[in-house]
Amino acid sequence: MNQDIFVAVEHLRGKVSDISYIMLAAAHDLAQNTGGKVVALLLGLNAQQLAGNLNADQVLYADHSLLTDFNPEAYQRTLIGIIDEYKPRAVLFGHTSIGTDTVGCISAQLGLPLVSSVRTIEANNKLISQICGGKIMAECNLPEPIALITLVPGGYKPEQGQSTQSPPVTAIPVQVLDGLRILLNKYIEPETSDVDISKEPLLIAVGRGIQNQDNISLAEELAQAIGGVVCASRPVVDQGWLPTSRLVGKSGSTVKPKVYLAIGISGAPEHVEAITGSDVIIAINTDSAAPIFNIAKYGTTADLFDLVPALTEKIKNIKG
Amino acid sequence: MNIIVPVKLVPDLVEELSIDASGTALDTAWLRMIINEFDDHAIEQAILLKEKTGAQVTVLSMNIEGVDDLLFAAAARGADRLIKLNGDFVNASNNHALARAMATLIQDLKPDLILTGVQAHNDLDGSIGPRISNYLGMPYVGYISGVNISDDKVIVRKEYPGGLIGEMQVSLPALLGIQAAEQPPRYVAISKVRQMMKTMSIEELDLATLDSMGAPVVNRMFQPETTERATMLSENAEDAANQLVNIFKELGVL
Repeated sequence: MNQDIFVAVEHLRGKVSDISYIMLAAAHDLAQNTGGKVVALLLGLNAQQLAGNLNADQVLYADHSLLTDFNPEAYQRTLIGIIDEYKPRAVLFGHTSIGTDTVGCISAQLGLPLVSSVRTIEANNKLISQICGGKIMAECNLPEPIALITLVPGGYKPEQGQSTQSPPVTAIPVQVLDGLRILLNKYIEPETSDVDISKEPLLIAVGRGIQNQDNISLAEELAQAIGGVVCASRPVVDQGWLPTSRLVGKSGSTVKPKVYLAIGISGAPEHVEAITGSDVIIAINTDSAAPIFNIAKYGTTADLFDLVPALTEKIKNIKG
Repeated sequence: MNIIVPVKLVPDLVEELSIDASGTALDTAWLRMIINEFDDHAIEQAILLKEKTGAQVTVLSMNIEGVDDLLFAAAARGADRLIKLNGDFVNASNNHALARAMATLIQDLKPDLILTGVQAHNDLDGSIGPRISNYLGMPYVGYISGVNISDDKVIVRKEYPGGLIGEMQVSLPALLGIQAAEQPPRYVAISKVRQMMKTMSIEELDLATLDSMGAPVVNRMFQPETTERATMLSENAEDAANQLVNIFKELGVL
C-alpha cells in the first residue's frame, strides 16, 4: 500500500480528453494530502506521445494492440492488474462513457469502495460529489483501502492538469488480453447538419420544460426573430423533437456562444459542462431552485409560454 | 431470448429536495418518486427488441412505494413478467449492496441480455449495471443508444462525446447500460395500465441481506452554495421580456 494517486487517462482517437487533465488537477489536491505522487495510467498502442503534457510525477504506460481504442473489457483487465500490483491510495476515473464503463467492474472485481460524481476535493481529503442533477452535494471521506473515484468536470480547469514539462514514462507489461467478449467494429461519425452549434454566437436552447414537440416552434420563432440558432438538452433530442446535431451536452456538442438562452433547462451537470464556455448564460425556468441559475448571469422564473412569445413579439417590433 | 430489465424509482427532480434531520440523506417523506429516466429507456429498448425478435421481457424493481404502478406501466408497454424485490431499502439502499443481492436473483432468471439505465441521478457509489455484470461474469458496455441482436451477440451503438458513436459487438449473455432507446419511451393510456392491474400479477422475491460494504459513508449532504447566482429578472413575463430586450441590446446581439 502506498499513498500515490493514480489517474486513468482517457483519450479518444489520438486526443487526450479534457477530463484527464481535470483528474490530474484533482489528483494533485489528493496527493498533497496523502503525501504521495500523482501517477498517470496511459493505455494505448504507440500512444506514448499522449503523455507529453500530462501534469503528473510519473506515467505508467501499457502498450498493446487491443488497447488501441477504448474497450471496456480490455481496460478493466489491464487496470485491475495495475491496481492490484501497485496498490495506490486512490484511482481517479472520468465520470464519462469511458470511465464509468471501466470503474464499476473494477470495484466489484477487487472489492474496492467507489465514490462517484466527485466534483472537488476539500481539506483532509473530503470528497464532494454532485448528485441529483446538481441539486444536492454529498461529502464523503476518502474511503479505505484503495478509493476508486469518478470525477465530474466543474471543480478544476483542464489547464491545471497540463504541464510544459514531459513527465517520465515507464512502460509496463500488459496482462494477457485474449478472449475479449467486446469488440469495437467501427466509429460512426456524428451526423452532419446545416449548422454547427459549436460555432454559433447566439443559441436559443430548449429543455424538458418545453413540454412537447409543437412548442419547439416557440423557440424557433424567437431564434428567427433575433438571428440565433435553436439547440436542445438531452430530453428534447431523446424525444426526437430536434436532431442529434442540435444536442448540447456530454454526448453532444460543447458550445461557447456569446449568448446562451436556456429555456426550460434545469441545468443538469451533463448539460452544464458543455455550456460553461458561453460568455453570458440567460435562464428561463419556473423552478427557482434549478441549478441553471447557479451558472447563469441572468435568470427569470417567468413562465416560458408567456415570456418567449412576448419576447419574440418585442424583438420583431424592434427589428421591424 | 430472455431479457431482464432491473429498474429503480428515483426522486423527481422537479420537486423541491430537502435534507433529512440526520443531515446525511434526502428527506424522503415528501419526495415524489418517478422511474429513473435511463431505466425508462432501458424498458423501451427491451420492448423494441421483443417486437423485433420475440424476446421475453422481465422488468424487476425494488419493492418500495410506487413500484406496482411502475411495473404495471411496464406491462402495458409490453413487458411479459413483473417482479418486485423485497428488502430493507431504507438503511442499505446503495448500489454496492443492491448489486450483490440482485445478481444472485437475476442469475436464477437465466438472462441472455440485461438492460438497465446507464446511471441514475442519485447514484453516489457508481451505477449498478457494471457491478451486476461483474458478479454474473458478463461483459458490460454503457452509454448505449441502439441495440441489435445478431445470433449469439448484440451489436450496440456506444456514445462518446461530440456525437461520435462506437459500434461494438458484445457476446451474449451481456449487460448493457442504456443511455437512450432507439425511440422515445412510448406513451400508454392509463386505461391500459388499469387493465394490466386486473390481468397481470407481480411476483415477489426476497433479496438476501443487504451488505453495504464498499459504499461510501456520507458525512453530510447539502444544497450547493449559490455564491454566483444569476441576477434575477422580473417574474412577470411582460416585464422580463422588456428586461431581456435591454440585455440583448447591451450584449450587442440585438
